[in-house]
Amino acid sequence: MSYYFTILSPTDTPVFNIAFGTSKSGGDGIARFRFPDTAQYMNQFIIHSSLDIVEEAQWTNGAMYLKHVDTYPPAAAYISAFLTPSGVRFLLLHQPPQLSNSGGSSGFGASSILGSSSNLARGSTSSIAANPTSPQTEEAVRQFMTEVYENYVKTAMSPFYKQGAEIRSPVFRTRVTAAGKKWL
Amino acid sequence: MAAPPRHSAMLSMNSAVATPQPMPGDMSQGPPQSLTPQPSQGLRVPSNRKTIYDRHLNRSRNAELSRASFAYLFAEMVTYAQRRVTGIQDLEKRLNEQGYPLGLRLLDLLFYRTTTTSSSALSSSSTSSSPPNRPLRILTLLHLIHGPLWRLLFGRSADALEHSVSPDTPNEYMITDNDPLVNTYISVPREMNQLNCAAFVAGIIEGVCDGCGFEAKVSAHNQPTEMWPSRTVFLLSFGESVMEREKVLERSGIK
Repeated sequence: MSYYFTILSPTDTPVFNIAFGTSKSGGDGIARFRFPDTAQYMNQFIIHSSLDIVEEAQWTNGAMYLKHVDTYPPAAAYISAFLTPSGVRFLLLHQPPQLSNSGGSSGFGASSILGSSSNLARGSTSSIAANPTSPQTEEAVRQFMTEVYENYVKTAMSPFYKQGAEIRSPVFRTRVTAAGKKWL
Repeated sequence: MAAPPRHSAMLSMNSAVATPQPMPGDMSQGPPQSLTPQPSQGLRVPSNRKTIYDRHLNRSRNAELSRASFAYLFAEMVTYAQRRVTGIQDLEKRLNEQGYPLGLRLLDLLFYRTTTTSSSALSSSSTSSSPPNRPLRILTLLHLIHGPLWRLLFGRSADALEHSVSPDTPNEYMITDNDPLVNTYISVPREMNQLNCAAFVAGIIEGVCDGCGFEAKVSAHNQPTEMWPSRTVFLLSFGESVMEREKVLERSGIK
């Protein structure tokens, strides 16, 4: 599983972003997206295109963690959102690893029997990595978001930080990486 | 804010995250004194290796700031603003602007603290205790300001919360404080009797409203009574967009 995490200010300025891979079930923590290395901007495209849905969900659901809000099937990208009370958006794009037997997203509906059985098998071994919409994944993402939120509040409370400015602190980056390692 | 014991006053003065009055205090005591250069990373960390990320946000939760130092700092803020303006409105606008960023910050802190305390109080069943919801309707927001925000700032709830009775201004709400802390040690000269330095608090409220996505103008007005000579009314007037959304949300039954 590869992740792309971004923080957007209420005025849609990107404040922070980071790409990382899973560290669970033998992952090495390096992001491997399905796009070639030259097309990493696709992550940003997909993640920003979910903002409309986030803004819609914002006023129907008062929770801070909005769960899985958007899917972009061509890239099998799932987007989860977290909204701070002050209107800052945390968006996490997660992309399950490409299956070796099927040719990516096109092979998903190839054989229903095979598909469902392999789903079950994967669900039991590494639920977070392979199944982006399972309750376990939601919970892991929620924990991750909550931890990032804590660090974000610490950043925001600094008198030297201006709301909506880019977060440059290397300590913050380390903290987010650690949260990603811990939960995702 | 009662006069706190000395050590707790020191505690909140040193904390960059704790109290409603951190801005001037932190600017003056600033971090550089405790920093050692770390040329290898280009990052300067305090000598005890503790950055703001290592401090717990709830550590100074119940710590109180010395009222005398707050009064001193606030008086300086008013003087600073006064030297740079020509009229009362300008002065109030300045104070409002000084309060605004504080409101944005307090909002996050307030939610963070309510989340963590509710889960620690029910630690055995932490999964069932859900964090508080973001305010979606005006009334929830007003209750948030009237209750939790006021308690965080002044240690008590505000005294009244009213809706404008005039049919022309359904977007106006009033929060009353009988004896605002910020005005306790401010004596306004007779020729400036329009001035209310609680414009600073109005700025904080405005920051909170804006942060939650409720565009609003907030102003502070003197409304003295026999019993409360420094009674202040904060007038919140919400923007068109907020009122429209309010109607939509009401129709769809969202609380």
